[in-house]
Amino acid sequence: MRASLAALNGALVLSAFSAAPLPARAQEVTFLSTQMRPLEEAQRARTQILNGAPVKTTYVPEEPPQLPVHLQADAQGSHTISLVGALHGELAPLVPIGLLAPLDDQETLLKQRGIPGNLATLAHLGGEHLMYVPWMQATYIMAASKKALQYLPEGAKLETLTYSQLGEWAANVQKATGQRVLGFPAGPTGLMARFLEGYLLPSYTGGTVVNYRSPEAETMWADFKALWAHVNPNSTNYNFMQEPLLSGDVWIAWDHVARLQDAFRKQPNDFVAFPAPAGPKGRSFMPVIVGLAVAKDAPNAAGAKQVIDYLLKPEMQVTTLRVTSFFPVVKVAIPEDLDPGMKLEAQAVAQQQAAPDAKPVLLPVGLGSHGGEFDRLFTDTFQRVVLRGQTIHEVVQREAQDMQHVLDAAKAPCWSPDPPSQGTCQVK
Amino acid sequence: MVSQTAAAPSETPLREAGGGGVSRRTALRPYILIAPSLVFLLLLFFIPLVQTIALAFRTSAGTGFGNFGKVWNDLDFFDAVKDTFALVVVAVPVQLALALGMSMMLRHVRRGRDLILWIWSIPLGISDLAAGLVWLAILTDKGYLNTALFQLGVIPGPQSWLTYETPVVLFCAILTAELWRATAIVFVILVAGVQLVPKEFEEAASVFGATAWQRFRRVTLPLLRPSIQTALILRTVLAFETFAVVLAIGGTNFPVLISQAFIWQNQNQDYGTAAAYAVIVMVVSLAATAVYLVALRPRAGEPA
Repeated sequence: MRASLAALNGALVLSAFSAAPLPARAQEVTFLSTQMRPLEEAQRARTQILNGAPVKTTYVPEEPPQLPVHLQADAQGSHTISLVGALHGELAPLVPIGLLAPLDDQETLLKQRGIPGNLATLAHLGGEHLMYVPWMQATYIMAASKKALQYLPEGAKLETLTYSQLGEWAANVQKATGQRVLGFPAGPTGLMARFLEGYLLPSYTGGTVVNYRSPEAETMWADFKALWAHVNPNSTNYNFMQEPLLSGDVWIAWDHVARLQDAFRKQPNDFVAFPAPAGPKGRSFMPVIVGLAVAKDAPNAAGAKQVIDYLLKPEMQVTTLRVTSFFPVVKVAIPEDLDPGMKLEAQAVAQQQAAPDAKPVLLPVGLGSHGGEFDRLFTDTFQRVVLRGQTIHEVVQREAQDMQHVLDAAKAPCWSPDPPSQGTCQVK
Repeated sequence: MVSQTAAAPSETPLREAGGGGVSRRTALRPYILIAPSLVFLLLLFFIPLVQTIALAFRTSAGTGFGNFGKVWNDLDFFDAVKDTFALVVVAVPVQLALALGMSMMLRHVRRGRDLILWIWSIPLGISDLAAGLVWLAILTDKGYLNTALFQLGVIPGPQSWLTYETPVVLFCAILTAELWRATAIVFVILVAGVQLVPKEFEEAASVFGATAWQRFRRVTLPLLRPSIQTALILRTVLAFETFAVVLAIGGTNFPVLISQAFIWQNQNQDYGTAAAYAVIVMVVSLAATAVYLVALRPRAGEPA
């Protein structure tokens, strides 16, 4: 299976190379990107986003696992690639192997365009130099049917909701209607692991890894188990929350913006979007940041920086939102004529980002091929504690050991918000 | 074969004169004709099979049983084994009984036989996932079943059938979907077998006073044995691989071996452990096939 995939990727690499221009045309910019990969999306990137770029830009999509391979081959061979667009977690491993150029001269651009300070800090990838410019972002937010709003606990506001209020809210609806209307994407391809590692756990412990078996973590699991009594039991079948929201099985849900957007787009008047709840350690949320980086020894670094400047213009950020459903990273007024559903999401994303107690949590960094195993630890802990009723203390002790094995195997240092580590990250 | 022996005498002078070229070509012909399918299977079946086995035994630390250790420690492994076997042990016999009944009934139909055959075979043409989604639409909280029950006044509101809180109903739902979807393949094989059973045998039996059940039990069933064997092997192997229906209806509430392979490959991006699951399914399927081959072999004195 892997071999055939590798062969396929090889074919893609070959076709990507053949689609790239000859290296001689240094006035052009070749833009290698792990986003907007499917044929149609890539075509839209070319015809709707990059068509007005100040420098002629050739857009080359690439599969994420192939990104370092492709860049390395290019650096040693044909030298065509100047600009790289990829997720934060995909760019981070490129720095230690020397494939990216520092972008310290772009710091002023970040300030000028009003990119939030926490995003700018992340873009330094833990070092002194700015290694990429944030380009666009997605994240996970909450959605609720307007039918549920009347049951909000007294004094609770959507923008400042806490996890205990969320539980109370769902309990209120259940008491009034007999239905369990809170829903999570805990199905086979749902993103429950992201909720646990990026939202719930860090909201209680301040981190993802180091405090995995802390007393705060045990409190979190006990609270969540209690909250689960009001969760729709079909949650273990839900992959995209937009579907149960639209069918009315679920009134309150958490999910990725792209997996909620059908509900907001189809019935913008029936749903509200709002930031994730807060726990004792703040309102943890997981921004999915896509950055723009310049390849080391790029054939056209100046051109690449012109394209970066162009893509960060507020109007291009709005165009990017329309074309890709990725949200702006710069300060931008949401235009009136934007799809109303998308507007709802854009406002919630901005609110979540700007909340006074907001704590961004990174997608796991540096785990490489162990990322899936790491995610599974969270869903296994959830299964054991919440669904199978095993003793919390024993489960977190056991899973914490497994987590250490995964971290050791990947030799992954801690990532934000866990404090930086010397060497491999250690579970306390 | 027949044409070869018939052609042999006329070829003799040729062989004497020019050294055997034609007959060798004739002898090679079947192999040449078979070759494309062999090459096809070798490329698209045997090579991936070897690769999968290699992948299952390859870990970051070298070659060994590490991936099988991960399978053993997988939270859902024992549930997956239990669920997979439960499904096979219940579904396959029921499917065989249903298909036997259907093909026996069809023997006595004069008019509209083709239409019935056609309708009964419809599920064969439907993809696993589509079948799963059809049943999901029926059984989900606001699905057709609950709507009907609600309108009949049986239930006061949406009732969940497919959750971890209702494991028995969930199992029955998956079983029903599997019966609906996959009985047709057993049926089609048995219908073909039934058509080969000469009616004279049964007529002779009834002349000697055998009852309908005796005729079925003593005459038809033994003559159907080769078809039953084929159907059972095929159906059991496929039942061990049941996946899309289960995933659509059961989600993570009803793990089976193949859905675990899928989850380890797709969600966990751990190809080695996924391959280990695949190898386990292969070994189990081969064992089941061997059991059928031995258990249903012709006994002494019976026709093969």
